[in-house]
Amino acid sequence: MPDPYFQHDTTGVKRMYALEMMNITKEFPGVKALDRVSFKVKKGEIHALCGENGAGKSTLMKVLSGLYPAGTYDGEIRIDGKSVSFRNIVDAEQAGIAIIHQELALVKEMTVGENIFLGREPHKFGVIQWDQLYYEAETWLKKVGLTISPRTKIHSLGIGQQQLVEIAKALAKQANILILDEPTAALTESEVEILMDILEQLRAQGVACIYISHKMPEVFRLADSITVLRDGKSIATLSRAETNEDEVVALMVGRELTERYPYVKKTPRHVVLEVKNYSVWHKEKPMKVNDGIHMTVRAGEIVGIAGLMGAGRTELAMSLFGAYEGKAEGEVWMEGKQVHIRSVKDAIRSGIALVTEDRKRLGLVLGMDVKTNTTLASLKNISRLQVINQNEELKWSQKYVDELKTKTASLETTVGTLSGGNQQKVVLAKWLMAKPKLLILDEPTRGIDVGAKYEIYHLMNQLAEEGVAIMMISSELPEILGMSDRIYVMREGRIVKELSHDEATQENIMMAATGGE
Amino acid sequence: MEVKAVIEQQQKKKNIFGKVDIRAYTMIGALIAIWIFFGMLNETFLSARNLSNLFTQMSVTAILAIGMVLVIVAGHIDLSVGSIVGLTGGIAAILSNWMGMPTSVVIVCTLLAGALVGFVQGWLVAYRAIPAFIVTLGGMMIFRGVLMGITKSTTIPIFDAQFVALGSAYFTNAFGIVLAVIAIVSLFVSTFRKRKSRQQYGFTISPLPIEIAKLLVISVLILLFVLTMNSYKGIPFPIIFVIALALIFSFIATKTTFGRHVYAIGGNVEAARLSGINIQRHTMMLFVFTGLLSAIAALVLTARLSSATISAGQMYELDAIAACVIGGTSLMGGSGTIIGAIIGAMVMTSLDNGMSLLGMETFWQYIVKGSILILAVWIDIASRKRKGN
Repeated sequence: MPDPYFQHDTTGVKRMYALEMMNITKEFPGVKALDRVSFKVKKGEIHALCGENGAGKSTLMKVLSGLYPAGTYDGEIRIDGKSVSFRNIVDAEQAGIAIIHQELALVKEMTVGENIFLGREPHKFGVIQWDQLYYEAETWLKKVGLTISPRTKIHSLGIGQQQLVEIAKALAKQANILILDEPTAALTESEVEILMDILEQLRAQGVACIYISHKMPEVFRLADSITVLRDGKSIATLSRAETNEDEVVALMVGRELTERYPYVKKTPRHVVLEVKNYSVWHKEKPMKVNDGIHMTVRAGEIVGIAGLMGAGRTELAMSLFGAYEGKAEGEVWMEGKQVHIRSVKDAIRSGIALVTEDRKRLGLVLGMDVKTNTTLASLKNISRLQVINQNEELKWSQKYVDELKTKTASLETTVGTLSGGNQQKVVLAKWLMAKPKLLILDEPTRGIDVGAKYEIYHLMNQLAEEGVAIMMISSELPEILGMSDRIYVMREGRIVKELSHDEATQENIMMAATGGE
Repeated sequence: MEVKAVIEQQQKKKNIFGKVDIRAYTMIGALIAIWIFFGMLNETFLSARNLSNLFTQMSVTAILAIGMVLVIVAGHIDLSVGSIVGLTGGIAAILSNWMGMPTSVVIVCTLLAGALVGFVQGWLVAYRAIPAFIVTLGGMMIFRGVLMGITKSTTIPIFDAQFVALGSAYFTNAFGIVLAVIAIVSLFVSTFRKRKSRQQYGFTISPLPIEIAKLLVISVLILLFVLTMNSYKGIPFPIIFVIALALIFSFIATKTTFGRHVYAIGGNVEAARLSGINIQRHTMMLFVFTGLLSAIAALVLTARLSSATISAGQMYELDAIAACVIGGTSLMGGSGTIIGAIIGAMVMTSLDNGMSLLGMETFWQYIVKGSILILAVWIDIASRKRKGN
């Protein structure tokens, strides 16, 4: 297959490239995260990198920023035409690469100025020149439109301001290649405008910007070129002038949706969960993360919850599950009875189970084995007088390993050694064993391979068939479209739209999620 | 194919060695090596009299280590156990000597005092979220101070013979044999009951000859222990406390929901919380346990020394922590075993005892013990890394 890049590259002048990544292949045990990816960015260009979650964008940027050192991947990286190999992040930074992370990487207890110059503090004989540091910090802050003092501590800033500090930090490195990974996820509209202006200035200065975003309007407003990744491969590089949103989305999705999502038309039965005028307060700040939610989930149906990051979906799930620290108001009814859930234990007793979005941090005890993780939430059912019946434990965990086709050497295998898909199956097994009436799945297929995804979709259908009410939170629109009988779209803590399976399209969901027309 | 072969091999290994992991065997090996080493350098080391002393000496550290393991597994630490030993020992001596209480009352009151002290510390750690390091560091100083205050910094002798017997009596030879027989019979019965139950569930069980060989080896060890002790004065009383407590707490740690929850909390507190485990109540209970166990250790120590002093139990918390760590407990939480901690306590005590017998100067003893502690953890971390790769 010819390198798709050259099909669209009309300039052909090699030395104009600030960055060339050629035939990058990166493998993890069992998964090929990047497969001969080629990616080139010119000087003074904003180059958007698009792709679904798991397409390999983050992995590619980790390779570029030295997080995966040279030798752990195959292929070549050239900067200004010269071949480079980074042993670590410092090497990459010295080569002029700066990355603005999706997750904030700021030290919360330090001041804004200290953060901007972290690791590069201006000094004389090892003594930090504080005046110089704060003076320079202030100029960088002005550039990103922040009027705060550089002596403010990070933790007293809002998320949007923190994101701007992060951008100031990257600018202060005076990088030639700037990577922005979903930079606007936490920004308000006016902050987004500031960012756009900054990027346009940088472009004029000849900086190469790599812009990773799911938001097509932003991409089409800013980018000069667009590269699409799918399943670890570079699919195409297009010039903005010659393409449109539809083409890019089609390239990102690639396959027919029907192949990937085994949707089954179901007949919903009685109402399992009913939430009335439900509001959740932020755990620290006096603001609501969920506001006036009304929703129902019936037995035997899969209800998708769509929305952008920060729309309050996870908070809603955690709060219903008794695991969110902020106070909740309103009514929750389970199978016609009002329930007051104050702890996870209450939730489990009421028949609610939650498969959390971050299985490693929240779902599993990684150092424990398959069977102990499987039974952790339902030890009561296999114990008498607090004494665990270890034979019952083996029996039940074996049953779920068989049913979910979990690939594990034995029940005594440490879950930390399993692949992502199999870890997720262990988390599912844990909650299936608790026999829930309502199963809440938060990003159930994030970071797992296609085969395991398909198995999990089938399992969801099967559970719905058995009468479980399923609520699925997902950031992957195709997944929401492909699996849900009904869809709630959330924005800024509220449910802004309800769509049936037949009504829903990528467009009308995104429209509601972003608040566009 | 290769992977499968390795897995099969591992499973075969598992069948032979049973559930106790390879790490425990390594530690037992290290202990035996230490014994042989001292035995060759000094022939009295392996004499029945010295071994009897050694077991008595280790009892206090071992009892403290039993509680400490669970606290460390849950991701906390208890620096106050040494001071609780001192304080509750002082309380016991005051009750017995100054107030003339009978032994039974002394025991009950001392245990209550230990549990109460643990309860207060546990409440502060669990419900007020003050780090355990701080709470128990404060407790360490406070309890020592209270001890000095209530005893007016004097040494209180114990005259009650019944009380003194707790720490220094021996079982008669005949009773020792009876104990051994009971232990062996219950071992066989429980093993075969377990096999039968596993069979009913249709699980694979290890081959009968191997199981029997294993049982025989353990039985011989039990008999050997009892006969050795009998050839001196009989089984020392304190060691029975250690064995009983080790069995009880091993059971709690491995077979009960409480134990399972503690390991889950130490392994991943967020996952544990989201599995409906009450973190706070479990954490508080752990400190009640360490308080209680410290009080038991205090009874043994006070009885053995037949007096309570203001310096009793000083630095014992560090011995207990060292015993846990040598026994394979991770200070990161989530892993560690009671049996490992007991072996760790035995290693520490054997080093103390052996070096004293050799007439090594005290400063050398400290240097050697410190080095062994670091070495043990180094080896452990290195072997884990290899396994990880």
